[in-house]
Amino acid sequence: MAHSYTPGLTVTERTIVRRRRILPLPGSVLVQVGDAVRADTAVARAELPGKVVPLNLANQLGIAPDEINDYLVKKEKDSVQKDDVLAENKPFIKWFKTEIRSPITGTVESVSTITGQILLREPPRVLELRGYIDGTIADVHPEQGVTVETTCSLVQGIFGIGGETSGELVMGVKAPDQPLLPEQLNPSMKGKVVVGGAFLSAATMTRAKELGIVGLVVGGIHDKDLRALLGYDLGVAITGTEQVGFTLILTEGFGTIPMAPKTFALLSAHAGQKASISGATQIRAGVIRPEIIIPHSGPAAATKVAQAEREGIQFGDPVRIIRDPLFGKIGAVSGLPSELRAIPTESEVRVLEVRFPDGTTTVVPRANIEVIEGA
Amino acid sequence: MTAAQQSPATSNPTHPLNVIVATDCGSTTTKAILIEKVGNEYRQTYRGEAPTTVEAPFEDVTRGVLNAIAEIEELSGRTILDGDRIITPNQASQGDPTRGVDIYVSTSSAGGGLQMMVTGVVQNMTGESAQRAALGAGAIVIDVLASNDGRLPYEKIERIRTMRPDMILMSGGTDGGAVTHVVEMAEYIAAAEPRPRFGSTYRLPLVYAGNKDAQPQVSKILGEKTALEFADNIRPVLERENLAPARNKIHDLFLEHVMQQAPGYKKLIEMAGAPIMPTPAAVGVIMETIAKREGINLIGVDIGGATTDVFSVFGGLFNRTVSANLGMSYSISNVLAEAGLDNIMRWVPFTIDEQTLRNRTKNKMVRPTTIPQSLDELQIEHAIAREALRLALIHHKSLATGLKGVQQERTISDVFEQRTSGKTLIDLLKLDLIVGSGGILSHAPRRIQSMLMMVDAYEPLGVTTLSVDSIFMMPHLGVLSTVNEQAATDVFVRDCMVYLGTCIAPIGLGKDGERCADYEIALPDGRIEKGTLAFGDLKLLSLTRDQQATVTLQPSKQVDLGEGPGQSFTRTVKGGVVGLLLDGRGRPLQLPTEQAARVAMLTKWYQAVGLYPAGSKWRIADG
Repeated sequence: MAHSYTPGLTVTERTIVRRRRILPLPGSVLVQVGDAVRADTAVARAELPGKVVPLNLANQLGIAPDEINDYLVKKEKDSVQKDDVLAENKPFIKWFKTEIRSPITGTVESVSTITGQILLREPPRVLELRGYIDGTIADVHPEQGVTVETTCSLVQGIFGIGGETSGELVMGVKAPDQPLLPEQLNPSMKGKVVVGGAFLSAATMTRAKELGIVGLVVGGIHDKDLRALLGYDLGVAITGTEQVGFTLILTEGFGTIPMAPKTFALLSAHAGQKASISGATQIRAGVIRPEIIIPHSGPAAATKVAQAEREGIQFGDPVRIIRDPLFGKIGAVSGLPSELRAIPTESEVRVLEVRFPDGTTTVVPRANIEVIEGA
Repeated sequence: MTAAQQSPATSNPTHPLNVIVATDCGSTTTKAILIEKVGNEYRQTYRGEAPTTVEAPFEDVTRGVLNAIAEIEELSGRTILDGDRIITPNQASQGDPTRGVDIYVSTSSAGGGLQMMVTGVVQNMTGESAQRAALGAGAIVIDVLASNDGRLPYEKIERIRTMRPDMILMSGGTDGGAVTHVVEMAEYIAAAEPRPRFGSTYRLPLVYAGNKDAQPQVSKILGEKTALEFADNIRPVLERENLAPARNKIHDLFLEHVMQQAPGYKKLIEMAGAPIMPTPAAVGVIMETIAKREGINLIGVDIGGATTDVFSVFGGLFNRTVSANLGMSYSISNVLAEAGLDNIMRWVPFTIDEQTLRNRTKNKMVRPTTIPQSLDELQIEHAIAREALRLALIHHKSLATGLKGVQQERTISDVFEQRTSGKTLIDLLKLDLIVGSGGILSHAPRRIQSMLMMVDAYEPLGVTTLSVDSIFMMPHLGVLSTVNEQAATDVFVRDCMVYLGTCIAPIGLGKDGERCADYEIALPDGRIEKGTLAFGDLKLLSLTRDQQATVTLQPSKQVDLGEGPGQSFTRTVKGGVVGLLLDGRGRPLQLPTEQAARVAMLTKWYQAVGLYPAGSKWRIADG
């Protein structure tokens, strides 16, 4: 039978992560297998084709498209400087002369005698791909990029916004159920990744931006604050390109939800160390979760960490309930009845029993829990 | 002949088809069904599902297919797999009828389905025709570019560059007309150097179905940069649309190029006994088949986690649209964003504060596989579903307009009418059947919940029959129908379609409690049920699936049932697992804006039809 459970989020003290760093189009790889790299090391480089600017010369000169070759000063593939004359007419009276000048510096990409258009292209833009994490080059993909490997602590979040960044991990609160308040942020946190507890408000986000904090990691936020931060209502969870001044990672979900104690303890234990974080989230096809990677010092290859293969959900597994009315509560699996059970909606579903730290138990649909993965 | 009908050597098997396994590889789940010939008819017997495995770490779609089939093996006791191979044909002739199947067929929307960009010259004419061609082929249209779309040339080029479609469809110009604009668009595409979504080593497939006189120039500009194919012009003259050749070409390229890039699809194509179809195209085939067989007008809807597909057949003309970001899990937040909080809340029979609702919706978005555990959560999801269905139908109406399908003639004056808005083909008064599919409709705990969701969202007029797909097998049957129509029809009628019943909804408005219509219902057992339907009433009468009743209504003076205001109306109607719903709430449906009145009204309606468990309290959520 297919296993009926939601793959969980990994929270682990020690694992090996490999991250593919791939250019958007072919380029050159700048490092070799075995090289040690840092998060900000350029590992590959590509030239992104410049912007294309079309100009309709035929219209501007008042001629038929198939006549434009007679008026061109610059030909296909010629380099042009901004304000260079691209085409001109040759009237008998000088005053009637029309010159079409280039609005950009670049090259003449093509000339069309069908449409009377000339396409100009700006010079290519150099794109440098960074290593993202401190680690070792495990693999080189010629012309495409590399795979960086590191031994690290890893925390996956449920949702994030903003791209990749890195900075020193600093605890903003003392306990996982405390909210992160604006007054808990200070100028010494500039360039750092600040960990909150159960919640952070719009005011805290504003303060973080003012202070130049590069990352915020917290249990939950309100959707209305996310909307205010982004300036629009996020409809689909595909993120990573937002530019709001920092990268935000939620470990639990939306609302005021204490950070899982295990997550909080792990992050606390690494306060002061450098972390690479990414808010990129994609819930649909090809799930991408936001992540906090805290590389351990020393070469990755020297310490092989066993990657446990999950075989479905088991007794004793730590789980998080991920649907109301008990959303955010954390416990351990204490029963796995195989028969379908009717729930208050009258649906008959597979369920499991969860025991909470205070000894109480509840029965929830298996679809409504996720395993907190990682040793 | 469509690509789906052009099949490899295996698609016309010489052996009889007695045991069939079919899969649909969805974005998240691969669903397999087993169909067996029992006596003289085909029946769907077992079902299995497994997570789709297009993504890492598996990156091989066949892994999920084999897992789903393995579940069927386990449930049925039949041996279908030999390692990674599907055993074909069935070994009955060798004395072991429990070993093997006669054919395997599949549909796919994994990896986000077929994503296309289309271009035209005039947005509302060739741009729209191109959009209809792509949608009809089962694609998601990620953008429509046109010479007059209001974007500056460099903006168009930037847009093409940033998009990663699976395929481009270019149209524009009538045959023999000016070539300038369509060539200009080809120049923009060439300058943008678009790259395909999957794989960096192959050229992007591009179908050119515009002015045929521009083919040489388009070939010169794009021949080197794309995998260019030509199809007949989708708008050869202004008054006629000819979509079939472009659709067929899209299907061909989908199989030849796009699917070849998706992980494991080469193997999947080899495993299947018929061409793999895009899931929506297969559902479209089924919808067209029902409408044709019954000679009716229908609307079909497949509301999924990420998208909502709407199909319609009116007067024999088929249309499909996909609302790419209206769905019940991945896209649930977008439904809230597009519909607005008030429109969602108008269907919720209790009060809940905005912040709680927004947070809950976002939590469903980030954990899309969770299910409602409490009744109030179920009611919120049903409220959101009503709005997703409603918005998707509005979208569909806007594209299922005037000039549709193949070879429809229009006059020049109609063309100018279409330029401004286009008259929708969707006429709810002429609608005979609504077919619902997708988890929220197929798996609602009570069938009345599915029925009322569709009635509330679509507000059908007059007499309309409603049905749902029992366990989401329309895609499977769509692709199967291209191989064996009888098998597909048998299973469709007996196992797939669940008739919910018929809704009778008079058109008009009145004060609550005022007479809307008098009714007289001649039931199959000879009883006559008489009564008055008042405005604001919702009545549910028992009429089972195999029963029909003759209904006569005498509406009040201002009320219309299709025969004109105040005109008497008699019709034989079908029953179903829910029954006969008399909807006196008026059309257009209006709900009280004041919160307490709205909750009271909803409670009255919901209790009248037994929508939720009896005795359940419409509790006030505490936030």
